[in-house]
Order: sequence, then C-alpha cells, then structure tokens
Amino acid sequence: MKKSYIFGIVIIAAAITMIISTAGDASSYVSFSEAQEMSENGSDNMIHVVGTLKKDESGHIIGLKAAQNKLSFSFIMVDQNGLEQLVYYNEPMPADFTKSEQVVVIGAYKNGQFIADKILMKCPSKYQEDTVV
Amino acid sequence: MIHTALGDLGHLFVITSFVLALISVFNFYKAETQKDLVKKANWLNNGKASYLVHGIAVLGIVITLFVIISGHYFEYFYAWNHSSKALPLEYVISSFWEGQEGSFLLWLFWNVVLGVILLFTNKKWTPSVMLIFSAVQVFLSSMILGVVIGDIKTGSSPFILLRDAMDAPVFNINPDYIPEDGTGLNPLLQNYWMVIHPPVLFLGYASTLIPFAYAIAGLWKKEVKTWIRPALPWALFSAAVLGIGILMGGYWAYETLNFGGYWNWDPVENASLVPWLVLIAAVHTMIAYKKNETALKASIILVISVFLLVLYATFLVRSGVLGETSVHSFTDLGLSGQLLIYFLTFTVIAFALAISRWKLIPSTEKEVEVYSREFWIFMGATVLCLMAFQIIIPTSIPVYNAIIEAFGGISNMAPPADQVNFYTKWQTWFAVFIAILSGTGQFFWWQKMEKGKLKQALLLPIVITLALTALIITVGGVYNVTYIILVLAGVYTITANFFILLSVVRGNYKLSGGAIAHIGVGMMLLGILFSSGYSKVVSLNNSGLVISNNPDLEENFNQENMLLFINDPQNMGEYTLTYKGRYHETYDGGYVKAVYLKDTKQENFKTLKRKLEKDGKTYESGDTINVYGVNHYYRIDYLSDDGEQFSLFPRAQINPSMGGLISSPDMKRKLSKDLYTHVSSVPDPTQSIEWSEPKEMEVTFGEKFFLNDYVTVLDKVERVDSVNGKPIGKNDLAVQATILVYGTGETYLLKPYYIIRDNMAGRIPDENREIGLKVGIESIQPEQNTFNLSVRTSQKDYVVMKAMEKPMINLLWIGTLVLMLGFIMAIFRRYSEFTKMKLKGME
Repeated sequence: MKKSYIFGIVIIAAAITMIISTAGDASSYVSFSEAQEMSENGSDNMIHVVGTLKKDESGHIIGLKAAQNKLSFSFIMVDQNGLEQLVYYNEPMPADFTKSEQVVVIGAYKNGQFIADKILMKCPSKYQEDTVV
Repeated sequence: MIHTALGDLGHLFVITSFVLALISVFNFYKAETQKDLVKKANWLNNGKASYLVHGIAVLGIVITLFVIISGHYFEYFYAWNHSSKALPLEYVISSFWEGQEGSFLLWLFWNVVLGVILLFTNKKWTPSVMLIFSAVQVFLSSMILGVVIGDIKTGSSPFILLRDAMDAPVFNINPDYIPEDGTGLNPLLQNYWMVIHPPVLFLGYASTLIPFAYAIAGLWKKEVKTWIRPALPWALFSAAVLGIGILMGGYWAYETLNFGGYWNWDPVENASLVPWLVLIAAVHTMIAYKKNETALKASIILVISVFLLVLYATFLVRSGVLGETSVHSFTDLGLSGQLLIYFLTFTVIAFALAISRWKLIPSTEKEVEVYSREFWIFMGATVLCLMAFQIIIPTSIPVYNAIIEAFGGISNMAPPADQVNFYTKWQTWFAVFIAILSGTGQFFWWQKMEKGKLKQALLLPIVITLALTALIITVGGVYNVTYIILVLAGVYTITANFFILLSVVRGNYKLSGGAIAHIGVGMMLLGILFSSGYSKVVSLNNSGLVISNNPDLEENFNQENMLLFINDPQNMGEYTLTYKGRYHETYDGGYVKAVYLKDTKQENFKTLKRKLEKDGKTYESGDTINVYGVNHYYRIDYLSDDGEQFSLFPRAQINPSMGGLISSPDMKRKLSKDLYTHVSSVPDPTQSIEWSEPKEMEVTFGEKFFLNDYVTVLDKVERVDSVNGKPIGKNDLAVQATILVYGTGETYLLKPYYIIRDNMAGRIPDENREIGLKVGIESIQPEQNTFNLSVRTSQKDYVVMKAMEKPMINLLWIGTLVLMLGFIMAIFRRYSEFTKMKLKGME
C-alpha cells in the first residue's frame, strides 16, 4: 500500500474522532424535568436550560436571594414548559440580571439542587434599542 | 429640522457604488475575454475607470456616514443607535463600525484600497483578478443597499431615518422629532483597541480575497501554476494582518472584558481563527510549491478554502444563527438569506472551476519521502487544517440545529458546556505537533537531509532544549505531564529555529523571516501555556457556599470573589487589600474621589465639594472638574508581605441603556506576571440609596459621638452668605455645620445647611455614600449651644472583587510581535521576487 493512502486513512480517522468527540461533548438544551431525569439516571453532564426569571403579577421578580456576603445568589427560574426551579449560582449577581428577558443556565443537578456553572443573559436593550424616549 | 439631504446623498453613493461594481464586472469580463488587443485595452480602461468611480462612491458613503455620526444628526438611526454627544472623537470613529452596516462598509473600503493597489501593480492579471474583486464588491455593497422590492429586502442601509427605523408614538405626534442625544456606544467598545482592532481585522478578511482572486483567475485562464508568485506576498500579508487583528481582539478582551483571559473559544472568535489557520497552511504549501513544484493542488484547495471560510464566518457572525451561543455576535438584520447567497455563489463558482480544471493541475507521482522537505511542510499544513477542522465542527452546532429545523426536524444540540476545556484538550496536542514539525522541518528546508546528517544537525539543539526544559519545569514548577511535553515542544521549536536563524543570517538575512516567525510561534505557545495553564484565582476563599443550607454542597465550592468594605483591610494570599473608595477619571488624567464631587446636569461635569490638591494644582471648593462620568473606578490598595505597595483602579461602567453595570479589569503588570483585578459587584452609584429612618441626636461642639460606628465631632457651625453657590436673600439667614467623621485612614467632612427664609426653617442635609451617612441639622438651641442632628445611615460602600494571576503573559505578546516581524521580512522577500518577474514582463 502506498504511504499516502495510509496517511489519508490516518487523517480521516482523526477527523472522524473529532466529530465523535464533538457529538459526545456537545451539551443540549433541555427542560428542568428532563435535566432532573438525566441526573437521576446517573448522568452528571452539564446541560443548557432556557427560561425566564419568576415574576409576580405586577412584573416584579420574586425568589431572588443574594447571600449575606454578596458572593453568591439564588433565583427561581421558569423553564419553557413552565416548570419552576431554584437555581444556585456561586458568583455575585450580574448587574443586569434583573433586567434580563431570557436566561440560559448551564449547569447540572447535584444532590437534587440545580447548580449553575454559567449564566447567559439576553437583555432587551443590550445592543439594540427598541424605542425612542 | 430633519436633514434629509445628507441621507439622500449617502443613499445615492450606495446605489452608485453597487451599480458601478456591476459595471466593473462587465468591463473586466470583456477585457479578459476580448481577443483584439486594442479592444481589450479599451475595455480594461473602462474597467479601471468604473472601479475607480466605484471606489470614490464607497469613499463618499464613508464620509457621509462619518459626517452624520460626528455631526450628531440623531434623526438618523445609525447615529442615534451607535453614538452620543459625549463621545470623544476616537470613539466616534469606533461607533462607525459598531453596527453591521458600518462594518460592511469598512470591508468595502478595504477592498477598494486593495483593488486600486492591484490595478496599479499588476499587468497580466489585472482583468481577471479585478473581475473577482468587482463581483465581491457587488455582493458587499448589496448588503447596505436598503432597497425593498415587494416583500424582498435587499441590504440594510446605514442612512435610514430614525422615524423609518422604528415605530415610536412620538413620531405620530411630531414626525420631525429629533432625539436630544444618541444612545451611545457600547461601553465595552470604548477602548482604544476597538478603534484599531476592527479595521485591522477587516483588512485581514478583505486581503484574503487577493490570493483567492489569483487562484480563481489562474484556474479560469488555465494558468494553474503562475498565479502563485503574485499571490504569495499577499497571502503572507493577509496572514500577518489577520493574525495581528485576531490577537488585538484577544488583547482587547484581556484588558476590557472580565472573563480573565484573551481567548474564550466563543463562536465569533473561532470563526476568525479557522480561516487564519487554513491560511497559514496555504502559505506553507505555496512556499513549498515555489521551492520545487509540489503541493500545487493542496495550495489551490487551501487558498480557495480560506476565502470561503471567511465568507462562512461572515455568515455565522452576522446572520443571527449563533443566537445565544455567542456573547458578541451582531444584531440580526435579516440579511441571512443574502449572506447565504453570497457564500454559496462563491462556493459553487470555486468548486465548479476547480473541478473543471482539475486534470490540468500537475501533481507529482513520486512518493513523498520522510527525509524530504515536502513531507514536513505537508505534515505541518495537515495539522493546521485538522486544528481548523476541530474548531469549526463544534462552532457550527447552531448551524446543524438550523438545518435540521429547516427540514422540519427538532434538534436541541448545544455547544459543549465547558468550551475552554473541550477545545484545549485537542488543541494542546496539535500545538505540540506544530512545534515539533516547525522545529525539525526547518532543518529539512534549508539543506538536503539524510539519516546521519540529521542526527548531527539535531544533536545540539536537542541537548539545549532538554537542558532549558529541565530548567523551566523546575523553576516554573511544571508537574503536569501534558504541560511538560508542551514546554519541551515549545522550547524545541525556539531552539531549533534559533540555530537555523544563525546559519541563515550568515548567508542572507533577508531569508530569515521563516526562522523568526517560528521562534515567535514557540514563544506564543509558552506564553499561552503559562498564562492559561497556570492562571490562578488569588482572591480564592474557602469559606464555602452560604446560600445553600445543604452541607453536602458546601465542600464542593470555593468562592472566587472577595467582599471588601471601605477601608477594611482583608488578606488575600501574600497581599493585604484595602478598598479605598470610588473614583472618577478626569479629562487631564488622574483620579478624583467620587464623594468629593457633586453631580451637575451634565454627566461629565462635576463640581468639587472640598478643596483639593491634584498634580501640584489647587482646586477650590465649587470649582468645576471634567470627568468621564459614565466610568467609575474602584481603588484597591495592595500591600504585599515584602512591603510592595500599589493601587489598582478596576472600572465599572454604568450605562442603563446598555444593560447596567459593565466591569473592566485593571492590572499590575510585572515582567513575569500580570496581577489582574476586576469588580464583580458594586452598589449601583446611579441609584438612590435606601437610607434608614432618621434618628435625632443632640450634640455640642467638640463632643465625640458615634455615627455608623465612626467617631464623629461637630467641628463648627458658621454663618454663610450662599447656599450651594447661590447667594441667599437679604432677610434670610443660613448656617453651615462642619462635621468631621474619622474613618480609617481618612477624615470625612459633612456640611449640612440650616436656612431660615421668610421665617420658615429649611434644611439641606449632606450625605456621604462611602461611609453610609446622611446628616442634617434638625434644629438649633442657641441657649444651650447644642444642635439637633437628624442622622440616617446606610450600608458602607463595598466592592466584590476577583483577582487572578497570569504568569508569563508577556511571552505571548512578545512572541506575537516576533511572529509579525518574521511575516514582514517574508512579505518583502516574496514581493521583490514578484516585482523582479514583473519587470521581466512575466507577470
């Protein structure tokens, strides 16, 4: 066999490994109930959950609680299926957190509690203005 | 009054540039295909003229848009959305390219500049290369066309009026309404690197078109070999500019964002890195072809791929497909269809041409030997392409979701949760390969190698590498096996290329670009390894998670932030940290404490509350000081165990229209490491404070009492003729108290007023947020010489901050500069080769 064929096979094998690795390490967007199910089945993979902060009828955010030393906080998030979940985050509250219209938490259930590793926020006015005045 | 003429002029320029680009395509096509020499020359002149007019029109668009932004014509959406009156000139420039339209314009502009350079430096290749340039300009100018035909919107114009851009009730009442001020530039982009990074990056993107245009022209003209010589200097130029552009972005992120690094594997970053890696591979195969006519097919494929990857990156970043996976993609302007057409058109043309000419491209039948230089070059190019492949596959995850959903499926794939780890575990090993290949390959490049000779050549570099590596891992405490291998590979490439450099310089220093560039790469590798692999959070505290009552959880979490109350020293590793208060930066440099300043109506003008010495000048109470009002600096004093003292001023920008508080770090830069500090959370200085219920207390002169835990003394009460700078009435009476509050390291002054006007008592309390005190004079008892103070308290000022150490990061920056030096030398060498051939009439 020509050396270049072997070379080609090695390259293709490397590329396939990369694709498999991507598929294996890719996270997924799930709901809290699916996430809980996954964790009960022994998976500790981090997943993405999309949702909003819980608000009362007049639009005030409820369930937001900062730690006494201000170094961490917890909040209630409502996922797209309407399920509520208390989420812990071990970082100070981001300044524009309360203004976010959508929150994506990346994290996992640990001992029955949802611990966020990262929080992505979508803020209504961050880069685009909606209205004048 | 609304200035519609400016926008109309701009729009006219846009349409002109689009039409002229189309005409140029036609002219250059005629010039290329015409057999008759006179007609050919005429068509070529037509093409030149139309391209120049196109260029003038693009310049017209740029100038018009700049006039609109810098003249604060807020009736235009672009000026209103991206700038504001208070912006200094350099940031007016960056607001120009904050939006999609402006950045397309930047791209158009660079293509005009590059196209004109090619028009005047080329002979034989002019029509075919310029045809491709013009075609790209057609697509790019269509992106800012802003023409709606039926339901189809083509492009998004930067000259759209605010009232047409959005439905606001105010326009129903007054269609000529012009906002007082714009919404400003994203504070993160108010950084000098954002003035220079986008134009450099876009010059990099734009210049990838040149090698692509030569390759396509070569295929089209069936000159599948000769295109390489003129394309090579430009490919090198493009690699250098794109590389420095990407790194400037990294440097900006390091200085401005607070994730604590220069690279976050964000899709937008990846999208720029992938074409660059392939471009580097292409440069290598092109050089190999120049040396002895191998790797021609690879060069053609790679050069084409680079440009297509740039178009793919453009699609990713601008179409909105990335959605929430990226922190800094552009706003979706609904151009995704147009962007996709742009990408697919060039993909189809390039593939079709390459396939139809494939048989004309010679390839070497002979088996590549391990002891040949081609083998090493080819291996290097392959690893670079694998690097790019490994990055583009996960970066495209949102695209897979979009495709599956377009066909009615459901896909919920998300990018890897820990992107940094995911990419690092692959890219580290690629980096090791690259380092070994570039070290060894250079020996093969410069001389014919055989087994015995190779051993002899490599012996000394390997011995030195081993010795240096042993030294570095001992001194640096590198105990991780992967890192040891990476250090070894990095040191090897530096040492090996240093040997090459020594021998090449002796012959002709002009040829040493390659060796220098590879030394730069080795330095960058080591810099990246140490600054990322050994970056550590120094503000770590192990007090545990307080929000949860679950004891199982607490052990798992270390908190990476520290809470500092004003003037309350805390220990952090070898340092004692003290938060000294919030500051503003003045126009002439330097910081002034915010509690010494009183707000005026204008954000950037403050009046002094007390006498102040600054830079040898004395400012009186009541003087106006110009500061950058939107920026708040939090002074943190560091005192190390060995007595070293310094202050850092991490910044927070409060800009409600941009979504609240945005924090940027400050660094103590040392030769061997950077100490990096940013605030994670601070009380919002623009919000009013919640004060406690007022408490009344009766005090007299000289009596010591406690306010909010501070020892306080009523120093004096004086009669004054003016209150806050305004004179009082003839029959009125005003007194001002001076209350001294003794804080740690600082004595604060509180100066409330008590006024009797028309027999009515008026009270103007004074507050100091830093110590959380608001004091007013409630009543005066002249008989007893006592005063009743009303005291409200609040929480003392604090910051939550994070500090990190970044060892050896300077190696990365120095390595980058060395790499660029190598590129510049190579560009000069290859360009002089091209001009020599041109003078001989060959090109």
